[in-house]
Amino acid sequence: MSVKQALLALLEQGPKYGYQLRTEFEERTGSTWPLNIGQVYTTLSRLERDGLVVAGGDDGEGHVVYRTTEAGRAEVDAWFGSPVPRDQPPPRDELAIKLAIAISSPDVDVEYVIQQQRTATMRALQEHTRLKRSGRAARPEAPEDLAWSLVLDALVFEAEAEIRWLDHCEARLARLATTGGGTHS
Amino acid sequence: MTARQQHALLALTHVSRVHGTGATEVRALRDVSFEVAPGELVALMGPSGSGKSTLLHVAGGLDQPTGGSVAVDGTDLSSLGQAERARLRRTTIGYVFQDFNLIPALTAEENVALPGELHGLRSGEAREAARAALAELGVADLADRFPDDLSGGQQQRVAIARAVAGERRLILADEPTGALDTSTGEQILRLLRERCDAGAAGVLVTHEARHAAWADRVVFLRDGVVVDEADAGLTGLAGMTGAR
Repeated sequence: MSVKQALLALLEQGPKYGYQLRTEFEERTGSTWPLNIGQVYTTLSRLERDGLVVAGGDDGEGHVVYRTTEAGRAEVDAWFGSPVPRDQPPPRDELAIKLAIAISSPDVDVEYVIQQQRTATMRALQEHTRLKRSGRAARPEAPEDLAWSLVLDALVFEAEAEIRWLDHCEARLARLATTGGGTHS
Repeated sequence: MTARQQHALLALTHVSRVHGTGATEVRALRDVSFEVAPGELVALMGPSGSGKSTLLHVAGGLDQPTGGSVAVDGTDLSSLGQAERARLRRTTIGYVFQDFNLIPALTAEENVALPGELHGLRSGEAREAARAALAELGVADLADRFPDDLSGGQQQRVAIARAVAGERRLILADEPTGALDTSTGEQILRLLRERCDAGAAGVLVTHEARHAAWADRVVFLRDGVVVDEADAGLTGLAGMTGAR
């Protein structure tokens, strides 16, 4: 994940020190992808090495404050101005691999494999939905609350897509079973 | 489970429903047991033909099981005569359908008041209950409009008001979001959820996982059998710090 560009983009909104950056990142993403502070400082020192940020001295309380450089601002513009690359081949999907192997394994109860996954994914979906209807995501007023609410929506749509795919797999297998063409019992 | 049985507003016990006989026999439900407590929303999911709509009809006394029993608020439906069952349907159970089922010749308020009037409330009382229900669902200003002048989302809000007017405590919803766009559908789910949080028991039939996820429990049906249940329990994501 592009922690580098995300932190750089946050810095462009105003100079900050490490802890502030971590807090602001997690406010917008609800700590879905927690950052440890060591990771933040490692990233900052790489950004500094690459000339994208400069350490602008002390904030009066001993925090080292960072700000973006001209090159850093160009990097942020380039990030927002281009799509997130879709890897080819796509990242390994354990569930797709598991089902692909299960379907060709005579001793595996594929329906069970599908159902246990559907239940697990439904639980995750229920949890995302619970977070959506409670707390600060329910009535987003500040932009960072709306950001967190939209991150939750992304997780909801992802889980939903997985369940729809499982339903689809099950329907395809059932059709195959009734036409008698399948390896599935 | 005992505590839940004692407090269940809806209890299905070993329910079966067989249509036809012999070669044309279809077993729509086989030995289905589940309960819904006040304050709880339960979603039923399954492919078409899995028996979820039959289950909802049986739960609401619109259809009768061929085996097992259905109890609503502690009363076994099979112990009731037709008139008593109809009375229970009007006083305790509210239905919400995919196509809203509002009567086009009546205003929103008249639609909502109708079950109360059929039940023998004086017109004034029924109207008052209707206005209260419309207000609770945020559509008090639509009281004098006719269904044809309302959007889909507004019609469904009126239909939910009709389902809950007069403090009915069991809400049965059959694909209530099926005819609505994504964000309107979500508002309808939010309303159902709020009614349940306020103490009603709800059963929601849906094929949309995103909507089922608003429920406390999701019951998966396959060929008339309950194959699994998902409870809104703790998951690996429970530690997310979305709340301040």
